[in-house]
Amino acid sequence: MWFDDEPPAGENLPILPGHVSPGRLERVLRAGGFAVTAEIAPPDSANPIEVYERAAMFDGHVDAINATDGSGANCHMSSISVCSLLTRLGYAMTMQISCRDRNRIAIQGDVLGASAMGVANILCLTGDGVESGDHPEAKPVFDLDSITTLEIIRGMRDDCRFLSGRRITSPPQVFLGAAATPFAQPLESRPLRLAKKVAAGAQFVQTQYCFDIGAFATYMEQVRGLGLHEAVFILAGVGPLASARSAEWIRSHVPGVHIPDSIIARLKGAADQPAEGVEICKDLIHQIREIEGVHGIHIMAYRHEHLIGEIVQSTGVLGGRTPWSPARAAGIRAVE
Amino acid sequence: MNGYRMRHWSVRHARGLNLLYRIFQGVLNALHPLFRRIGYQRLDQGFLKVEKLVKGFLFDSQSCGQCTLSYTGMSCPMNCPKHIRNGPCGGVRADGSCEVDPEMPCVWVAAWEGNRRMRQNEQVVRLVLPPMDRRLQNTSAWLREVRNYHHYPELDPVESHVV
Repeated sequence: MWFDDEPPAGENLPILPGHVSPGRLERVLRAGGFAVTAEIAPPDSANPIEVYERAAMFDGHVDAINATDGSGANCHMSSISVCSLLTRLGYAMTMQISCRDRNRIAIQGDVLGASAMGVANILCLTGDGVESGDHPEAKPVFDLDSITTLEIIRGMRDDCRFLSGRRITSPPQVFLGAAATPFAQPLESRPLRLAKKVAAGAQFVQTQYCFDIGAFATYMEQVRGLGLHEAVFILAGVGPLASARSAEWIRSHVPGVHIPDSIIARLKGAADQPAEGVEICKDLIHQIREIEGVHGIHIMAYRHEHLIGEIVQSTGVLGGRTPWSPARAAGIRAVE
Repeated sequence: MNGYRMRHWSVRHARGLNLLYRIFQGVLNALHPLFRRIGYQRLDQGFLKVEKLVKGFLFDSQSCGQCTLSYTGMSCPMNCPKHIRNGPCGGVRADGSCEVDPEMPCVWVAAWEGNRRMRQNEQVVRLVLPPMDRRLQNTSAWLREVRNYHHYPELDPVESHVV
């Protein structure tokens, strides 16, 4: 994807009328494109090369990259620093904010800093409890939750004010996102909770893994019933399963993920389980695309990021678009 | 799960308890002139003691001082390990128990259940509740409601912010 008003790498795109951010993701979604985003796993390292190498696996395949924020309550390089490193190269980043580790003072400060560094998308999460991570003895913060965080950042952006009411001279220009979990109990609350997130300022949502297409279709039906598919861009979560064993582990250990027996049976019956996992992922993408109100996919392939390119390209979800990448940008500039 | 029996009884009786609370709060509201004469500051800790006893017993209240029970189906969100004021989070287990503490039923699953039993359902649970004010912890929410009802100036040390 090459926009006519493309700036040099590391500088922001102009903000179009009706847009809130200088980001590629908002551009693609508002233009009616089927967007592809993916999750980058921040390294357990202080070496920036590791971040660049991981990001390069997504080159030409995704419209924006989510940098996770201490996912699973485990310690990794922070989301804001991964975003900082990658926005300098021109990547479209989504900074994830978890309410577990920072209070309202730290979060609002990070939002200003992130926007200053060219982060155009922010995903607000409540976050996993500290108990599920590698520092279960840590003090959980949870000063805010995902919904109050959305409201606060929207206020910073649209009203130019901190939560305290103090003025912000130049507001953060960010496209606001949230997570949605269609498959966790109580199921009846899920579409309404999405409505609350939209009311609080969410402009796009990325869902938990969708393996149960029937259940997801039912959820989307309820979402459309509330008119939410016209109020928020919905990106369905997908990812390749490595094996039947890991699928069973995810099913019993990761709340909010429902993997139907049929998928586990299909993996079990395959000679090459990882390859079958990729095939299942592609099939799911084809089915998800057909569901009305879905505006894109969000690929979570922890430790299997190298598979994303193949999944995206062979399913043709980009519809012939080639998303921005540093190499492509340099190539186009050289031709010009 | 036995430790949560009382909490669950309260959720099952959310409608009646909410009605009872409204009558009680109405009485308190009517006593505003008296409270004002005695002084809210002087009454606060006494009220808090009673409030802790009653709400602690019925709801495992954590005395946050900014009660949401009428909006959360009589299930106290401060018992959520993440203190979520706008739940439930995406971590609720298939059996409706908490992601962090599998022994505990999710307080937000309970909130939805209680809300369903309450009269003016739907809208309340759809309300976006504001973030907590930590300064109000261990102050009387009942008296705060009275002051809010009468638009009586808040006595807590709220600093005004210079714009």
